[in-house]
Amino acid sequence: MTDFRLPLGSYVESFVDYITATFGFVFDFIKYIFDGAYEAVDFVLSAPPFWAIMIVLALLALGLRGWKFAVGTIAGLVVILGVDQWANAMDTLALVLVASVIAIAISLPLGILAAKFDIASNIIRPILDFMQTMPAFVYLIPALILFRVGVVPGIVATIIFAMAPGVRLTELGIRSVDKEVVEAGQAFGASPMRILRQIQLPLATPTIMAGVNQVIMLSLSMVVIAGMVGAGGLGQQVVTSLNRIDIKLGFEAGLAVVILAIFLDRITASLGDTHSTGMFGTIRLVLRAKTKPDISAAEVPGSASTAAPAEPARV
Amino acid sequence: MTESTTDTIAVKADHLYKAFGRRPHEIVKKLKAGKSRAEISSLGVAAVIDASFEVKKGEIFVVMGLSGSGKSTLIRMLNGLWDTTSGIVTVGDTDITGVSAKELRDVRRKSISMVFQHFALLPHRTVIDNVAYGLEIQGMNRVDRLAKAQTIIDLVGLAGWADNLPSELSGGMQQRVGLGRALAADTDVLLMDEAFSALDPLIRREMQEQLIELQAALGKTIIFITHDLNEAMFLGDRIAVMRDGRIVQIGTPEEILTDPANDYVAQFVQDVDRARVLTAASVMEPVRSVITKTAGPRAALRTMRDLQTSVTFVLNRDRSFAGIVRDRDVLKLVKSGETDLRGIIRDDATAVLPETALVDLVEPSVESELPIAVVDDKNRLLGVIPRVTLLAAIGNVSTNTGALPVVMPPSTISISQITDILAETADDTPSDAEGARA
Repeated sequence: MTDFRLPLGSYVESFVDYITATFGFVFDFIKYIFDGAYEAVDFVLSAPPFWAIMIVLALLALGLRGWKFAVGTIAGLVVILGVDQWANAMDTLALVLVASVIAIAISLPLGILAAKFDIASNIIRPILDFMQTMPAFVYLIPALILFRVGVVPGIVATIIFAMAPGVRLTELGIRSVDKEVVEAGQAFGASPMRILRQIQLPLATPTIMAGVNQVIMLSLSMVVIAGMVGAGGLGQQVVTSLNRIDIKLGFEAGLAVVILAIFLDRITASLGDTHSTGMFGTIRLVLRAKTKPDISAAEVPGSASTAAPAEPARV
Repeated sequence: MTESTTDTIAVKADHLYKAFGRRPHEIVKKLKAGKSRAEISSLGVAAVIDASFEVKKGEIFVVMGLSGSGKSTLIRMLNGLWDTTSGIVTVGDTDITGVSAKELRDVRRKSISMVFQHFALLPHRTVIDNVAYGLEIQGMNRVDRLAKAQTIIDLVGLAGWADNLPSELSGGMQQRVGLGRALAADTDVLLMDEAFSALDPLIRREMQEQLIELQAALGKTIIFITHDLNEAMFLGDRIAVMRDGRIVQIGTPEEILTDPANDYVAQFVQDVDRARVLTAASVMEPVRSVITKTAGPRAALRTMRDLQTSVTFVLNRDRSFAGIVRDRDVLKLVKSGETDLRGIIRDDATAVLPETALVDLVEPSVESELPIAVVDDKNRLLGVIPRVTLLAAIGNVSTNTGALPVVMPPSTISISQITDILAETADDTPSDAEGARA
């Protein structure tokens, strides 16, 4: 062919070298924070006996979705325990939680920004495209250089990979809130912050929660790749089994990932569902029914509960 | 006009323009220079062109036009949801054009609220919290605002639904919540953007009636947008008709109907239910066949002969309406030489007030061959409405062309006979003629 060669790779390499040399302290700081967060969450999950964690997760399942899911959760966790992957599963769960929380914490404000300003949207969208389609292994290289081997490069690569749907779905959710309802807020003199808080975010919640769900699922799918850079957990097990051609270990670790994935997916999916069948939803309804009439009945006699069946035929 | 209407101006629009496009100001400049909407279409869309009007306090001002006529854009400029490209909007004493976002929010909180076509309720809040929303933004504490919201909920007929979510209500009830939310904010001005258009016809009529009741009770200034002419005619104290971004006519429903400014308005109003809009006063005809009670039977007979009718209206001394006399009765009276009309005055004729809608005149008109008398609140005879006039008005046919309309029932006695009788009895009452033709 010809001598034509775009030295893009070299540019990026020198750029990474430059920031490593110049902003090393920043990355050390980030590493310190992420490491600390991971260690803390991992401690909470790993220190108590397995049955305590099981009970907590089963209660969460019961509260958000109902007793069937709680039973399923316990069954799944017993399988993980049975294949001797409990400790690894908790490490992975900690990694996913930390990475997801950070990814969500970054993607929600970005999504709001993109929804509010067209310029922000136009800038953010191609960056997201880039982040989402660039093979995830590619992030690992600079992440390794910047953060060295361990959990942190895994977390960083996971965050970058998993962030995009959070931003996209937040933007979509806010933009697709009924225009008239937003106008209603404006027409009654609500400030933009108030409209965001009281109208746009609540009405966009189902879509935003779908985004959160996607972030968590993508984070989980990154654990194996994170395992390659020494993040430990189930990813580490899968990488090890791949190196040893160990079908038994590979299947057991993989199954544990699947069980975690199903649990996290169902839990987060039910967060976006306002008509939750779980116990928390029921409790919320009961609380709502209990608090409201107290206020209105105190002020206006004969309202609320006493007049409840009155004139349904009026309209 | 509603009694509560005063001369204070609540909302004033002064040469409003709104253009959408890359360079809206250039569009407005060209429009001001006389270019038409079609000529600037390559630059963008002129949604509102040179709209000026004043809405009086306590008035229901209806802006009517088909979709795309710019009415929704216009109403959104009145509370600053959309900036004007040119022109000034004044709400109360405040000029809201070009003020800061904070001042604008202040005006919206205190002076001008809005009801939306598709209700625009907050779906995650209960009815009472929706109604209290405006108050919440005004900064009222929870207990006070819920108490006030509860009274408004009762007012709009939603008692017992306070703790339901909007999704649990029917469309009509949801719009009551929307109306309640606007009323609770207690602003002087209410903007209603096609507020009843999404409701089915029966409920729409009920809501219209309720709106008029509420307006009469609370004295709000209402600016109502609609594409439904019948709704405009029913609600409006005054109506602005919009077409292609311009206001083509502003007037009372009757003015719009009886005196359309151009062919477009005329065409538009031809399908309106005229019988519900036009009133007795607008179609009545002058009374020709009328005498005073004291004029005597000879004068009555002469009047009837001259006008070739069998009936004449009789007035009391103070010009109030007394009833009618028929030619046969008068003839008998004249023959017998009596001079007092009082004994033969009948009250068969229906008397109505000038503001009665034509639809309410149909039944009396069917029941009696007599014209309907239109009297004012002091019972003074203002005019008459014969059947033919009523039919012509409802059918939108002019009665001013062709021969004189048949106003009164025709004579039942021949003219020569009357003349003979009058001649025979002439010497009895020589002074009779002066009471005729009052």
